[in-house]
Amino acid sequence: MINQTYDANNIFIPVPHKIMDIITETEIDKTYRLNLNVAGLPSYGQFYEVSLPKIGEAPISVSDFEKDWIDLTIRKIGTLTNCIHSLKIGDVLYLRGPYGNFFPVDSFAGKHLVIAAGGCGLAPVRSVINYFYRNLEKLAKFELLMGFKTINDLLFKYDIDRWEKKFKSIITLDHGCDLWADRPVGLITDYVGQVDFSDKENICVIIVGPPVMIKFTADKFVAAGIKKENIIVSMERRMSCGVGKCGHCKIDSTYICCDGPVFTYERAERFID
Amino acid sequence: MKRNITKNEFNLFFNLLNIHYDIFAPVRKKGQGAFSDTDIIYYEKVVTFDEIEWAEKSTYSPKDIVFPVSQTIINFIEDRLFIPNMKSSKPIYILMRPCDINGIKRIDEIFLNNGPSEDFYYKRIREKISFALIECIDGFENCFCVSMNANKNSDWDFAISLDKYRPFISIEIKNAKIENIFHSMVTDASNIAAPEVANKNFEICFPEKNLKKVMLPNINEMPASIYSDSEFWDEYKNRCIACGRCNTTCVTCSCFSTNDIRYDDSQNVGERQRVWASCHISKFSMMAGGHEMRKDNASRMRFKTFHKIYDYKKRFGEEKGHMCVGCGRCDDNCPEYISFSMIINKLSARISADINEGKK
Ligand SMILES: Cc1cc2nc3c(=O)[nH]c(=O)nc-3n(C[C@H](O)[C@H](O)[C@H](O)COP(=O)(O)OP(=O)(O)OC[C@H]3O[C@@H](n4cnc5c(N)ncnc54)[C@H](O)[C@@H]3O)c2cc1C
Ligand code: SF4
Ligand code: SF4
Ligand code: FES
Repeated sequence: MINQTYDANNIFIPVPHKIMDIITETEIDKTYRLNLNVAGLPSYGQFYEVSLPKIGEAPISVSDFEKDWIDLTIRKIGTLTNCIHSLKIGDVLYLRGPYGNFFPVDSFAGKHLVIAAGGCGLAPVRSVINYFYRNLEKLAKFELLMGFKTINDLLFKYDIDRWEKKFKSIITLDHGCDLWADRPVGLITDYVGQVDFSDKENICVIIVGPPVMIKFTADKFVAAGIKKENIIVSMERRMSCGVGKCGHCKIDSTYICCDGPVFTYERAERFID
Repeated sequence: MKRNITKNEFNLFFNLLNIHYDIFAPVRKKGQGAFSDTDIIYYEKVVTFDEIEWAEKSTYSPKDIVFPVSQTIINFIEDRLFIPNMKSSKPIYILMRPCDINGIKRIDEIFLNNGPSEDFYYKRIREKISFALIECIDGFENCFCVSMNANKNSDWDFAISLDKYRPFISIEIKNAKIENIFHSMVTDASNIAAPEVANKNFEICFPEKNLKKVMLPNINEMPASIYSDSEFWDEYKNRCIACGRCNTTCVTCSCFSTNDIRYDDSQNVGERQRVWASCHISKFSMMAGGHEMRKDNASRMRFKTFHKIYDYKKRFGEEKGHMCVGCGRCDDNCPEYISFSMIINKLSARISADINEGKK
């Protein structure tokens, strides 16, 4: 409820969205499915500024969406996210957005797409993976590399089960365990070699994850002969406004919130914070 | 219209102007400066000539009129949101030196044109603001507006000079509405300048040279080597104490953070506020979890320098100029005597040396 001085041009007004479902992913990650009644429909890889009045506001990627709902997968790490984790189904989250650019899914038609995601970096690409899960015929080939710290950090297990059945999905853990016997262990970079590089010219790669993971994984793909302009990354920086005003996310003449968060590695590699 | 007037006429004119407008101008506050026995000059609402500090540059820029130090953007009462109304509905005149008018236009670019849409809070006050010029001819100790090409401006509705026919005040009015207000003054002959003085011609002047001069790097692409040149930037690692004073006094620093607060007495009432943020101060680039993109004061100085004299122009185009307008306030106010104009010159010298040596 907003008073009469509310102005449709005021992009800073957050709009309440009801939580339809909550999925506990790990001890610190939960996925919130929100009824998308007011905010605009997102594109693959965009983010919303998510808030709770009197607590705070933070950028959160859309981890999947359909016509009338969006998923947000939120890690409990500070003031706001702690509070969000105590919410129940039927409570509301306030949103403004969606903001930022997005993964160009249409441009992957006919390509051999490889997605490499580390940890919670899987959230912003989950919608892309599910899109091609439903539309696999649009790609020449699809391969998925995912890395998590331990078995307890696995996200979207219910999705991964489906994905593994439909396309090559390599899941590796930094630290293995008995429950993970005979499955890949080690850093994601160790498994880049298992990608099918037979049609290099046709390969597009998406890499998302922590900055160091992005760098070392991208370098592996480059070494394997993939052009930097065919590698796409999604970046995280400190953000406050999400709309090019506050200056927090700026790197050189680029504002990550509105020019990104999605960039070619050719460009992202040259960013100096 | 140009006219030379007495202080009496000026005050009458300002009285009338105040009926229609809030007028902001630099005001001197005795003994309130950062150092002992120093004054501070900042922008406040004024009514009369004597309230205004005419002779010196203001310590703080006028930017807080359009971009307040702290501003409530949403009030929360239980589950309702309220957008605070503006404090005053009157249109505003700000009396500024040319660099500051140009400075406000620099931040216009960020708030009105950068990103997907205009900033509601900036725009609603900015729309009410018009500029008036305080003539500036010689500048001050640390000014380098001429080098920054920000020494001239014609976006004002009226301009005031004290230097033409002292003790008379020269005023040029370019706006018909203001001219009408001026002509509606009723005075008796004893208070006004005699016609031979009143009608003497004059030209509003601008600084043509400053004591400080900077050379801007004359290149299209900043070489990557300069970003990582620790020898160059490390001087500021310890010398800069990250007080952020250069950011708060700068007319073109426009960064902010957004915070939510709850009032102590009630968990149900609170607000979301926007407060100035400083790129020199720790946490500006810190992400959740504690990872900070620019940890030391050297990289923060490098970040600010490029923002001010390279990135902005690269993003918004040649005709918008550099973000820095050379007002010199960062140099005036740095407690560590770090000179930004010197940094720019050092940077340019280093880049030309590299070019001469054939390095990239
Ligand atoms: C494009 C983008 C997409 C993201 N997507 C996701 C996602 O899908 N899922 C997810 O879990 N996370 C995501 N994040 C990260 C998420 O935004 C942060 O985890 C969130 O900001 C944490 O908020 P908090 O209030 O819980 O944490 P806090 O650490 O309490 O505060 C949040 C921010 O405020 C800053 N801060 C804290 N205290 C202070 C202080 N005293 N002074 C100044 N600054 C302070 C911190 O540096 C931090 O950046 C994304 C970030 C970006 C940029
Ligand atoms: S950087 Fe310094 S000289 Fe340039 S506009 Fe800001 S305060 Fe003025
Ligand atoms: S005013 Fe000086 S010491 Fe303070 S942050 Fe700026 S450069 Fe550093
Ligand atoms: S987050 Fe505010 S400018 Fe990008």
